[in-house]
Amino acid sequence: MNLLPLPDLLAVGAAIGRAVVLLLIVVLFAAYLSFIERRVLALWQDRYGPNRVGPFGIWQLPADVIKMLFKEDWIPPFADRLTFIIAPVIAMSALFISFVIVPVSPTWGVSDMNIGILFFMAMAGLTVYAVLFSGWSSNSKYALLGSLRSAAQTVSYEVFMGLSLMGVVAQTGSFNMRDIVEAQQGMWFIVPQFLGFVTFLMAAIAVTHRSPFDLPEAEQELGAGYHTEYAGMKWAMFFVGEYVGIVVVSALLTALFLGGWYGPGPEWLAGFWFSIKTLFFVMLFILLRAALPRPRYDHLMAAGWMVCLPLTLLNLLVTGAVLLMQ
Amino acid sequence: MELTFYTCALVSIIAALRCVTQTNPVHSLLYLVVVLLAVAGIFFAIGAPFAGALEVIVYAGAIMVLFVFVVMMLNLGAETAAQEHAWLRPRTWIGPGILATIMLASLVSGVLHAPGLAGTATVDAKQVGIALFGPYLLAVELASLMLLGALVAAYHLGREETR
Repeated sequence: MNLLPLPDLLAVGAAIGRAVVLLLIVVLFAAYLSFIERRVLALWQDRYGPNRVGPFGIWQLPADVIKMLFKEDWIPPFADRLTFIIAPVIAMSALFISFVIVPVSPTWGVSDMNIGILFFMAMAGLTVYAVLFSGWSSNSKYALLGSLRSAAQTVSYEVFMGLSLMGVVAQTGSFNMRDIVEAQQGMWFIVPQFLGFVTFLMAAIAVTHRSPFDLPEAEQELGAGYHTEYAGMKWAMFFVGEYVGIVVVSALLTALFLGGWYGPGPEWLAGFWFSIKTLFFVMLFILLRAALPRPRYDHLMAAGWMVCLPLTLLNLLVTGAVLLMQ
Repeated sequence: MELTFYTCALVSIIAALRCVTQTNPVHSLLYLVVVLLAVAGIFFAIGAPFAGALEVIVYAGAIMVLFVFVVMMLNLGAETAAQEHAWLRPRTWIGPGILATIMLASLVSGVLHAPGLAGTATVDAKQVGIALFGPYLLAVELASLMLLGALVAAYHLGREETR
């Protein structure tokens, strides 16, 4: 193996550096989101929220992390060890890995894969194992009920999550995220693909188990759902995994439907526009949690199969017809 | 790329063995998922990323989820593990094992005498689509007919009896 010339080595190093910085930003922001969510929810509900630790309570998260780290890492004696340990790892990593396909600016992005969107769908398909395995290995009825619900919900919503994106793919003619963003230079895909946007947003909420679609962990009925038996850092990984999911899905919504890094102003503002749009979706996710009650489970499934699936099929049909006519 | 291929191949073989010898059904399914992921890795390594992604989405992400779902609902306990253990005696597997070894031998000799692989050009989604709706159109139509039949059957079985 011969070494690359120095300029190439520098380029490789810079690419790796950018990738590490981006992924670190995502995971740190996701962790801090737990604090941001509590503060923002409190604001909308006319309360203060956690504001004791440091100025405006910004040290709440480090305090929580320290508390979590010093908790006993306990595995219930009736649990199945292998799957009990592997579940939180999947919960945190599966959606996190799929961030690699998101292009943040013309020059920043982790990986430029040809199969971009498909990679995200593959990873989203694997997230369901976290819930399945945690529910089964916990050996408790609430956890099992939660994970059964989650499996049915995720599998149903993944069907039209893929279909809702196919309109975007058909208009661009590529699965590559960078091509998709560049195809939105004239008009953001939220306008011609509005049905796709709405259905993908719903599917995204269902796949990340966010309220109002958080029936797998509905606390009134199921205790804490699939992670009832978890404590300490393992529980924290589920918790952070949920926020990582929100950040990744918001970034995807930005890149797929809101024109990614495009916005007024000079080119170097690209990263800024991308962050602002992503932040908008993150806040939307939190606001939805504050505003909407949880639907009944059979209503949720019926909405998925009888409303969203036909809508996405219709969207794909119309998109295909329009593209053929042009 | 060659290193990736051999790593994935090794992982898939070990996981497949563990999948068969495992007595706990959920652990066995977990190993089967690992096999599928490793095979997807092989597809990525030999330049078929589209096939690799579909492998993960369809097999690991959908079909295996249904398997795990059903096994979870069955609530199999220690008796099933004991039964599995009983089935793993040499008396049970020695016959199929010999037959499988013969097949493996013929497969290996076939691979050894085959002409070398045709390059490592990447096959992207567009080429797959053109192939599917060109020379293989009949197969696609037949598969869609079969899926339609399955859909009608599932609807019939799942229909609620009114009155």
